Order: sequence, then C-alpha cells, then structure tokens
Amino acid sequence: MDILVSSLFAGLLIGMVLAMVALGLTIIFGVMEIVNFAHGEFLMVGMYTGLLTAQATGMEPLLTLPVAAAAGFLLGIICYFGFVKFVIRGPMVAQLLGTFGLMIFLRNLALLFFGAEDRAIHQGILVGKSFNIGMGVIAPATKLAAAALSVIAFWAVWLVINRTKIGKALTATSLNPQGARYMGISTERMNALAWGIGGGTVTIAGALLVNFWSVNPFIGLLFTMIAFAIVALGGFGSVSGAFFAGLAVGVITEIPGIWDFLTYIFNFGWMADVPMTSLKYMWVYLAYFVIMIVRPRGLFGWKR
Amino acid sequence: MAEHILQVKDIKVRYSSIPVIQGLSLAVDPAETVCVVGANGSGKSTFLKAIMGAVRVFDGEILFQGREIKNLKTEEVVRTGITYVPEERMLFTALSVEENLLLGAYTLNDKERIQENLQFVYSFFPRLKERRDQATLTLSGGEAQMVAIGRGLMSNPSLLMLDEPSLGLAPRLVDEVLDTVRKLKREGMTILLVEQNVRESLEIADRGYVLQTGRIVLEGTGEELIRSDVVRKAFLGI
Ligand SMILES: Nc1ncnc2c1ncn2[C@@H]1O[C@H](COP(=O)(O)OP(=O)(O)OP(=O)(O)O)[C@@H](O)[C@H]1O
Ligand SMILES: [Mg+2]
Repeated sequence: MDILVSSLFAGLLIGMVLAMVALGLTIIFGVMEIVNFAHGEFLMVGMYTGLLTAQATGMEPLLTLPVAAAAGFLLGIICYFGFVKFVIRGPMVAQLLGTFGLMIFLRNLALLFFGAEDRAIHQGILVGKSFNIGMGVIAPATKLAAAALSVIAFWAVWLVINRTKIGKALTATSLNPQGARYMGISTERMNALAWGIGGGTVTIAGALLVNFWSVNPFIGLLFTMIAFAIVALGGFGSVSGAFFAGLAVGVITEIPGIWDFLTYIFNFGWMADVPMTSLKYMWVYLAYFVIMIVRPRGLFGWKR
Repeated sequence: MAEHILQVKDIKVRYSSIPVIQGLSLAVDPAETVCVVGANGSGKSTFLKAIMGAVRVFDGEILFQGREIKNLKTEEVVRTGITYVPEERMLFTALSVEENLLLGAYTLNDKERIQENLQFVYSFFPRLKERRDQATLTLSGGEAQMVAIGRGLMSNPSLLMLDEPSLGLAPRLVDEVLDTVRKLKREGMTILLVEQNVRESLEIADRGYVLQTGRIVLEGTGEELIRSDVVRKAFLGI
C-alpha cells in the first residue's frame, strides 16, 4: 500500500513540475500554431541558468528563479524577432525544420560552453533533506519545493492570461488573429509576448528541476517529448488542460512503482521480471497514442 | 461641402497581380451615412479591407481626419478611430458576449469610459445583456451580428464601417439590423455601409456609390441612386 501511495504522490509532485515545463509550449502553440522543437533546449537553458547562478553567487538554488525567468523571457523574445517571425512566413515544414535547427543550435552552444558532462546542484538548504508526509510517504524537500513553486508560477500565468487585459488580447490572438487586429491588437506583439512567456515559464521549470535532476546539453529532447505529450493530452493551446495533463503524465511516469505494488499484491513471479523502469517513458507515449485515437483534440479541447 | 472625415483618392488594390480595385475615389463627411452597393465580387469588402490596412494598397491616397492612413498596420488604423465590422463577423467564439464586447474597447484605457460604452451597447441591444455570459459560438446569427456591431461600437469610433451586416440573416432579422443602422445614424454616428439589400440601405443612406469591378460607376444621394437606371436594372430588377 505504502508503495502505491508514495508512487502516486511522487507522480503528482513531478507532474506539477512537468505541467510547468509544458505550459510555454501550449501557449506558443495556442497563439501561433507553431510547435517549438527547441522547447526542451529552452528548459536546458533554464537549468544551466539556475545552476550557474547558484554556483557563481552562492545563492540558494531555488531563489535563482527570477534570473532564469528573465533569461527565458529574453531568449523567447529574441528567438521570435530574430528567427520565428521569418520562419512563420514559410510552409509548415519550414517551421518544423526551423525550430528543429534552433534546437540543434542551442544544444551545440551548450556543448561548447559547458561540455558534455552531467552537472548537478550539491549545495542549498533543501538539498539532501526530506519530509515524512505520513502514510509512509517520504518526499525530498527539493521536489516538494519545486512542485509548490511550479503550481504558484502556473497559477500566476493562468491569472495573467484569464484575468488581465493583455491576457485577453493574447487569447483573442490565438482564437482569431485577423479579428484581433481589427480590435486594435498588435498580433505581432502578442506573438512576441507568447514566446516571452513561453521561454520564461519553461526556464522557471528548468531552474526548479535542476535542484533534483542533473543537466547536460542533451537533456532537452526528453522534455520536449514529454511536454509535447502533455500538450496533446491537455489539448493544443489549452492552459488549464496542460496542468491536469501534466499531473496525469507525472503519475504515468510512476507506473513502475505502481507496477511494483501490483506485483506485490498479485505476487506473480513473472511480473517482477518485466523491466518496468526502463519502460518508464514508453507509458507516456502509449497514453499519448491512445488519446490521439480516442480524443484527437485532447482531454480538454483545443485552445481553452 | 463640409470637410471630409474620410477621403479616398484613386486607390488601387490587386490580389497577386489581378486588379480588384482599379482607381476608386470616395468621401464620407462627419455624421453622414454612406452606402456602397455592388454585385458579388465587385470589390466591396476588398475596399473596406484596404482602408483597414488588411490588404495592400499600391496607389492613391486614403486620408482620415486629414491624416494619410494608407498601408498603416490594421491595429494602427483602429487607433485612428475607424472600426470595421467584417462580413465574416470574426467573433472570438470561445469567449463570452461580454468578453467579446470588452475586446472591442481594447484601444481605450479609461475604465469608466469602457463601462459607459458597455452600458450603451447593452441599452442598444438589450438581448446581449441577457446573454452576456454566453459563449458567442452558441448565439443565433442575429445575436452574433449584434455582438459584432456592438463590439465595433465599444471603442467610440469616429467612423464605423459595416460590411454586409444583414448577410445570412432571416428577413425579419435583416430589418432589425437595418433598423439598428438607422438608429446609429440618428445617434450621429458616421457610417460607411456595404449592403446587398440595395433599396433599404440606400433609403437609409445620405449618399451612395455603385461599385462595378473595382470602379465607382455612379454616385449620388440615396434617392437619386434608387431612381437611377443602373441601380434599377442591376439590383432592383426593374
Ligand atoms: N484573398 C484573395 N485572394 C485572391 N482574390 C481575392 C481574395 N479576396 C477576394 N478576392 C477576389 O477579389 C474580388 C473582390 O472580392 P470582394 O470580397 O472584395 O468582393 P465583394 O464585393 O465584397 O463580394 P461579396 O458581395 O460576395 O462580399 C473577387 O473577385 C474575389 O474573388
Ligand atoms: Mg464582401
């Protein structure tokens, strides 16, 4: 029983961070209908920013969030004006290849500056500590803090999008760009803003993640794919959808733990022999695949 | 003649080298209702989009309140005080009636003014007030058109351009929409109207223009046009 509860709990915790990882991807897709293949590399930038800022200044790693957010926001805006803006004039394939190129570029830049080895955070007040939540669940403090801060950041972005004038303009742009222009909205600025928010939120997620996940220049792709699955599950362009799909995917990544629980319950010898842990991410794609067949518009529908 | 609020001089528009507007001139005076009539495909919508900066104008001038606005970005044109209610309505269908209306006031910053405008639109279209929280996707055609027009009024425009507001509506609703135009005119609004209901709209209009394959072939007061041979033959079937 304990192993089930703690797997579910761990899944929800990581799910909250994964939702934050996916948030920017769904916003950018919602506003511009472009899939950013470099999304995971943006996350990587956030991870390095958090790590290096903490190491260079001796700052508490979790407090590097504003620095990471600012770096990501700038990165997003620069990518939009320097690159995306031109790519979107081309056909869909050009857009795909374009952001793919961006991914390679950022990855190689990281390789050049930071080398290929894994780097992780070793100091910080929360590192190595953990809390006993009860019911046999012991959660690492860094994960708890990362999950809590992800939820807060996600909520803040949700409020901006749903409760402010600029958020409404962003929504209008995603629903009907030409209609938005007729309202006097500069859709060009909204596109840039979407990239800014997209970059800023994923780097926040990166700076949180790096507290318990080591970073290397190749870390991006895994998270691009996870974020992609979350966005598809939640509905392309749907912000609240991304949150719940993030939780779902978090739990799905804990299927190995849940499997252990079932193995223990049913006590079939063969169950213990299935290499569940190595199949961890396969389940994410299986869920993605099933959803694409059953509900192509995602669990929550597109753009809402 | 009073000073024109909008003056279009000899503009030309093409879609990938096919000329659609071929030297079109037109003027609107303050508080005037001007109607443009023309057959399907004669370029009426293209003309309004050209004013809005939504299609490229490659020759001529567009002066609004004395200022050259030709080929400004659409959002900049809106800020000069022109609103356009497109033929396709272009509502933000996932959003509610009120959210759509408030987006119409995007260029305003004064919250009190926005609320006043909202109340004005609600008093103008009481049905929208009842349905303020309803998603516009689920509105009837008539109601959707009310939202589109109401949204166009939310920014206190100096010029309101309506592109076939009665398109696709049942006859009773057509009358209702044209009544709305009449009421707006009485409120002193300056209106540039494009319509298929030629007789009714020319009756409302102070002046009108007849557009044929991108050129003005006739202009005059509404009554003059209704009595003209061109309009009688081409549009009234007499
Ligand atoms: N985006 C476009 N690309 C190419 N041609 C276009 C485009 N939009 C309109 N046209 C053509 O330009 C001409 C004028 O179109 P426009 O929509 O302005 O006509 P209209 O007078 O508004 O017609 P309707 O009464 O059907 O609304 C038509 O021949 C149309 O096919
Ligand atoms: Mg038209």
